[in-house]
Amino acid sequence: MIKRLVITLFIYLISFTNVLSTEPDIFVQSTVNRASKLLSENITKEEKIMQLQLIAKDTVDIRGIGFYTLGSVRKSLTKEEKDKYSKLFEKYFLKSFSSRLAEYTNPEIDVNDKEVINENYTIVKSTLKATNERPEIKIDWRIYTKDKKNPLIRDLIIEGLSLARTQKEEFASVLNSNNGNIEVLFKTLEEFSN
Amino acid sequence: MIKKIAIFIITTLTLVGNVNAASDGELLLKKNDPSEIKECWEGFNRASFALNQGLDKIIFKPVASVYRTLPSPVKTGVSNSLNNLSNVVTIPNNLLQGEFSKAGDNTIRFIINTTFGILGFIDVANYIGLPKYEKEDYGQTLAVHGLGPGCYLVLPVLGPTTARDAAGSTLNFLGGDAWYNVTVQNDTKHFSDFDYYSSKATAGVDFRAKNYDSINNVEKNSIDFYASVKSLYLQDRQQKILNTDKIVDTQNDSDWEEIEN
Repeated sequence: MIKRLVITLFIYLISFTNVLSTEPDIFVQSTVNRASKLLSENITKEEKIMQLQLIAKDTVDIRGIGFYTLGSVRKSLTKEEKDKYSKLFEKYFLKSFSSRLAEYTNPEIDVNDKEVINENYTIVKSTLKATNERPEIKIDWRIYTKDKKNPLIRDLIIEGLSLARTQKEEFASVLNSNNGNIEVLFKTLEEFSN
Repeated sequence: MIKKIAIFIITTLTLVGNVNAASDGELLLKKNDPSEIKECWEGFNRASFALNQGLDKIIFKPVASVYRTLPSPVKTGVSNSLNNLSNVVTIPNNLLQGEFSKAGDNTIRFIINTTFGILGFIDVANYIGLPKYEKEDYGQTLAVHGLGPGCYLVLPVLGPTTARDAAGSTLNFLGGDAWYNVTVQNDTKHFSDFDYYSSKATAGVDFRAKNYDSINNVEKNSIDFYASVKSLYLQDRQQKILNTDKIVDTQNDSDWEEIEN
């Protein structure tokens, strides 16, 4: 009797955990659907940008991307500098992200497959359908799955080119051209966001 | 002239250094890692980049914006023809890389598309199920045989490259590109210099048109557009050298692992 009870409880717990966890491919498809629906709505570009920023805050690990983008420099920053950087990066990221997406009217993205790299990362593979003006584009999503209930996007890999990596090398270039002065990067981010 | 080019190649190869017979995937990956590629001539590169941006603004972008309005079948046909023509460089490079099966596939592809596909306008080979076409060039072949990329370089008009890839490109003018040989190098009476240069210009416009929105987007949203283009170009080269579009095999996850929330 006790054995049966334990088995039932065990099965129940497994099912419950599965219900709570969100599969990365379903997460990507639902995020894409949210964004597509918004982009096809008959509202102003400014409203679209505002709504897109809300979606990004929900679904993208902006803080994680920010520190990845900074590379090894992050290790030498003080707590105050890190906090300042996180705030500036979020503003920069949201502006850059939303203005990139707001140009599209009705992007159609199909999620095709997923590849689990390890317990923290899954790559979700998708395709942005071709239009008359551009060919089909393959987009892979690097999903951070440490918190199974709350997966987050950490990178978009478009036709094999990583946006996070590009951004990281861009930030490194700004720092290298200015003797590693973080204040110059702060100023650049501020200017971009304003 | 040929002597001069040969001297140039030898000098470049010396600059590139790192000649190494090893061609194992991991070594290839490391050698061609964008973050490992040196920036030796940044001043010159940025000046070239600014010149190219100017040329893009007054020539390529306006032409590409008109080209984009052509009907899709026309654009696809032009793109197919250019791809078909590039087989004359891809096939020798398949052989030089020891990819004999791919060389065979591409030879069949070239024959079928040139004849039944009306000079490559229709990709008949694709319809009959030949494997997906992947362009190869002499820069990739040098990389596969273990030559490091050397310094990053931006050439006026031609755009981003590396010392190795620039040296590889010169092999096209030393008999390595059959299309160049029958148009510019030799007077075959069937083709002229114009055919060669117009095909190259069309390839430039086709590329610009395909990436019209993406390039505008990156330019608008970059804090250092030069660095973004450099990164994108070098990532793309790395993928082409490795002949993979699998990001999971080509990205080092350790950078991400350190970041925990």
